[in-house]
Amino acid sequence: MSEHPDRLWRNPEPRSGYDVVIVGGGGHGLATAYYLAANHGIRNVAVLEKGWLAGGNMARNTTIIRSNYLWDESAAIYEHALKLWEGLSSELDYDILFSQRGVLNLAHTLQDVREGTRRVNANRLNGVDAEWLDPDQVREFCPIVNTAQDVRYPVLGATLQPRAGIAKHDHVAWAFARKADELGVDLIQGCEVTGFLKDGNKVIGVDTNLGPIYAGRVGLAAAGHSSVLASLAGFRLPVQSHPLQALVSELLEPVHPCVVMSNHVHVYVSQAHKGELVMGAGIDPYNSYTQRGSVHVIEQQMAAALELFPLFARAHVLRTWGGIVDVTPDASPIIGPTPVDELFVNCGWGTGGFKATPASGWTYAHTLATGKAHALNEPFALERFTTGALIDEHGAAAVAH
Amino acid sequence: MLLIPCPWCGDRDETEFHYGGQAGVSYPARPADLSDEDWGEYLFVRDNPKGPLAERWSHSAGCRRWFSITRNTATNEIVR
Repeated sequence: MSEHPDRLWRNPEPRSGYDVVIVGGGGHGLATAYYLAANHGIRNVAVLEKGWLAGGNMARNTTIIRSNYLWDESAAIYEHALKLWEGLSSELDYDILFSQRGVLNLAHTLQDVREGTRRVNANRLNGVDAEWLDPDQVREFCPIVNTAQDVRYPVLGATLQPRAGIAKHDHVAWAFARKADELGVDLIQGCEVTGFLKDGNKVIGVDTNLGPIYAGRVGLAAAGHSSVLASLAGFRLPVQSHPLQALVSELLEPVHPCVVMSNHVHVYVSQAHKGELVMGAGIDPYNSYTQRGSVHVIEQQMAAALELFPLFARAHVLRTWGGIVDVTPDASPIIGPTPVDELFVNCGWGTGGFKATPASGWTYAHTLATGKAHALNEPFALERFTTGALIDEHGAAAVAH
Repeated sequence: MLLIPCPWCGDRDETEFHYGGQAGVSYPARPADLSDEDWGEYLFVRDNPKGPLAERWSHSAGCRRWFSITRNTATNEIVR
């Protein structure tokens, strides 16, 4: 593993006011703060985090990065993210262990094959690297996948995005935090937003457990808790909060050369840099903020993993956990203005926010700096739920939500 | 794992049920009068409280009937 820098960030007391206050010190909040300072020269910024930096969904996730989405709008923003990922270790001067080992999305039915080949073609038209593999090519790329054709859900092929992969989530958060801090951003931990200060319909700051903090603009980046904050500010969001569970095995020798996702039998698996097999599946169906889900969901994902990878049968589960994800009706995020003036929202990334971290921060910083959408986040505004211009990514989101 | 009280079958394991989201969301009484905003709200926006939520469940692997319960989403406690 790589060496960490000597100093990460200051731990300042909040000042009475800032140009921009970002609520939520996870990956997206920290990336937004960094790009506000780096791209827009706005350094009088605070990130308020009710727990500790990057201690929520950024602290435990399945770390998969890819941009093989179906629709033009999604391909554009996730591919922008992937290009940023490719230069991020050097830009942030911190090794985020970005490993472009490739992501396979398996097809197990004729419909999966049609969806997969359609997506490969759509990806190529959008400049996203994508290939279609037949079962022999799947086995060649990832020899441990069971490609026998006499099982209940045989592998009929797969999409492959060679530039996709994984990164070390903690390093990503710490790298953004360290650089944002270096540029003057105040990262304030243990600071929970309890209400909004308003002048008419305009937000002028936030109430917190550390007292009021005034702000020219406020940006929410609180993932699973965005609708709790929205209700404090007096509006509703088209998001539902659900538990998402994942698990890791004990440490194993390198055995799993890439990322494998299966929408149909429903599991996604990769091997972390240290050696754990990292597995996730879909959300638990009911709304919850409990940060735990149900055992049967884990049982199903492990059963799916065992069918795909029979050699995992003797691996022990080391740890399971649950986080709260905010799911939208079209499985696409919401980035943009809210019904409250000078209050913006970045939420609804559902089960796949990690891969978007740099582009989420890049576009949200643009929006918070200028008050206007970046070309990449314009289609993801809240108003699409009124106009009906949905970006329906349930297929390419690859996770049941 | 939730233990869900089916009004007809009693307490049963969550795996027997299908989740139906927020309870009490009625089809608009005068749909022709709805603005685009109202339609968007009806189609896409549901309550998402950190606390009690009245919600629909179907006992799909049992009596197959729909019913409503109130569950605290912060604790999973079913308060009815």
